[in-house]
Amino acid sequence: MSDQVQVNQAKPPLVEMRHISVSFGGIRAVDDCSIDLYPGEVVGLVGHNAAGKSTLIKVLSGAYHADAGEIWIDGKPAPIHSARDARNYNIETIYQTLALADNLDACANLFLGRELVQTGGLLDEAAMEDATRKVMKRLNPNFVKFHAPVSVLSGGQRQSVAIARAVHFNARILIMDEPTAALGVQEARGVHELIRQLRREGLGIFLISHDLHDVFDLSDRISVMKNGKMVGTVHTKDVTKDDVLGMIILGKLPPAAARQ
Amino acid sequence: MNLFRRLFARLEIDERLLGMLISLVVIWIGFHIASDGKFITPRNLYNLGNQTASVAVMAIGMVMVIIVRHIDLSVGSMLGVTAMVMGVVQATLLPPLLGYGHPAIWIITVLAGILCGALLGGLNGYIIGYLGVPSFVVTLGGLLIWRGCAWWVTYGQTVAPLDQTFTLLGGGVYGTLRETGSWIAAGIAIAIIVWAAQRQRRQRIRFGFPIRPVWAEAVVVGTTCLFVLAFAATMIAYEMPEVAARRLAEEMGWAIPEAGLHLAEGIAIPVLIVVVLAVAGSILLNNMRFGRYVFAMGGNPEAANLAGIDIRRMTFWVFVLMGALCGIAAVIASARLQSAGNSIGTNDELKTIAAVVIGGASLAGGSGTIIGAIIGAVVIQSLQSGMSLLGFDASLQNIVTGLVLVVAVYVDMLYQRRRGV
Repeated sequence: MSDQVQVNQAKPPLVEMRHISVSFGGIRAVDDCSIDLYPGEVVGLVGHNAAGKSTLIKVLSGAYHADAGEIWIDGKPAPIHSARDARNYNIETIYQTLALADNLDACANLFLGRELVQTGGLLDEAAMEDATRKVMKRLNPNFVKFHAPVSVLSGGQRQSVAIARAVHFNARILIMDEPTAALGVQEARGVHELIRQLRREGLGIFLISHDLHDVFDLSDRISVMKNGKMVGTVHTKDVTKDDVLGMIILGKLPPAAARQ
Repeated sequence: MNLFRRLFARLEIDERLLGMLISLVVIWIGFHIASDGKFITPRNLYNLGNQTASVAVMAIGMVMVIIVRHIDLSVGSMLGVTAMVMGVVQATLLPPLLGYGHPAIWIITVLAGILCGALLGGLNGYIIGYLGVPSFVVTLGGLLIWRGCAWWVTYGQTVAPLDQTFTLLGGGVYGTLRETGSWIAAGIAIAIIVWAAQRQRRQRIRFGFPIRPVWAEAVVVGTTCLFVLAFAATMIAYEMPEVAARRLAEEMGWAIPEAGLHLAEGIAIPVLIVVVLAVAGSILLNNMRFGRYVFAMGGNPEAANLAGIDIRRMTFWVFVLMGALCGIAAVIASARLQSAGNSIGTNDELKTIAAVVIGGASLAGGSGTIIGAIIGAVVIQSLQSGMSLLGFDASLQNIVTGLVLVVAVYVDMLYQRRRGV
């Protein structure tokens, strides 16, 4: 595992967020944070509530603007000013809230903002349904409610619609914000399997989670934030859960990992 | 009951829409009986269509406004000021330039009206979408402001007479497709219905999706086509009043036959305008990106934003559309009255919103249909004309209409809750 990461790191990182700061009113939600991500790697982003994890990551997904700092993708500067820009860099985000329009069906949600249209501007519903059926077959073979509003779906089904959206559009960079928080054990296991599979396919994945167990299970590296600042980034294999807990609570790197 | 439900499911008919249509028929039959057979007559239905048209046009835009979680209280006043502007354009500005009765006058006037409406709507949309002032406040202000402006356009004077061709757009006695035109329109409508059903079916076959059985398709398409034909036939059955027919014959230089002149009215132009706009609006709302975004914004504005939809711009354009439709409604309303007075369209915002809500839209946003809103407009107008026919005074009409609005929404809520949506 460590060799693989070493080899990957010879290339430029897939994503580099350099010295990002975001303020809301007088509050610095994110203060001079840097983080990077390599292809085929899962980076866990952990910290207390309001540590700035979601805010930092929303800068990458185009939902927030950074007041300072820059984003580099494939070793080139990548200005991201909107959700659309992010998508153009193949950055897909699965939000904690899932960001589904509850009154629309799975197909409409999957293609929201990127609808397939025919000549004349009419939506190509059939083609969208076909694509939705294909991707759902892979993610959740039991899914049949293609025409029901997503409000009537179960938590796991809704989650699979949100994930399908990222997978269908060939994400290279995937951001998952608490992907298993609302799921049962069985469904969560399915998501874990999917994350491993996507990593094998060479995607870079940012995983935001409260669940240290999940993070240790899935991540290659772990970045810890506290009060809007980046405490540090460690290789998962070099640290224990207690080390990471210490980082979260005290905001200090453990001596063993301080070399990173 | 279960059998019916299975049948509807098989036919893929919207139960809610069917419920509205049944309520409408019940209202009609009730008035028909109470008025000794005066309600369901070609003549009354013809007038009903003309009276409903301007509110129905605005309801098309109001559905979209309400789906995106906004409201527009200024539509009646926008109609008023737009009608006044058009009155001045066609009666005062253009005749000296083009000559009285010039055939371009009505076209320029209508375009000016749509433009004026779109500008007012755009102003609403800018303040609501970009400056973030709540739509209730902005349009409540607009309700007062534009009504006041309607007065200022002519300092309260009513503009009349309007251009002759222009007044045809309001229906009346002459503003119709007549017999041949009505059958042609019905024929075109049927061709479009069959083509659309066929297209949808072929699309689903293309990807091997389940399709509804041929008999179900035939029943739905057949019923719709029959309805179109029945409507055309009813409108054609309304005979032009003798005096009017005679005047038309004189103007056109027709010989008046011995047996007297029997001319059919046919489908009224305002009704045709409503149908065309409703179809165009439904395509925009249900089959194009714009409509998809409208629903997404109503269902979850944050999700829409994260999906890269420009919410502010969409809000702006929804209100522009609402304004443009007010312009068209103003054309119909002033043409029907053959004059433009500054009180035209007063209280129309309430009728329009009521129509949309009776038509099944939720004020919480995210749901609503154009066809429902138009049926809602017909329901409201039916109540009002029915009660006038029975000699109810205006105060009682308001009481009944208000009660129906509340009861209709309550019943719909019960139905929705039982279906667990």
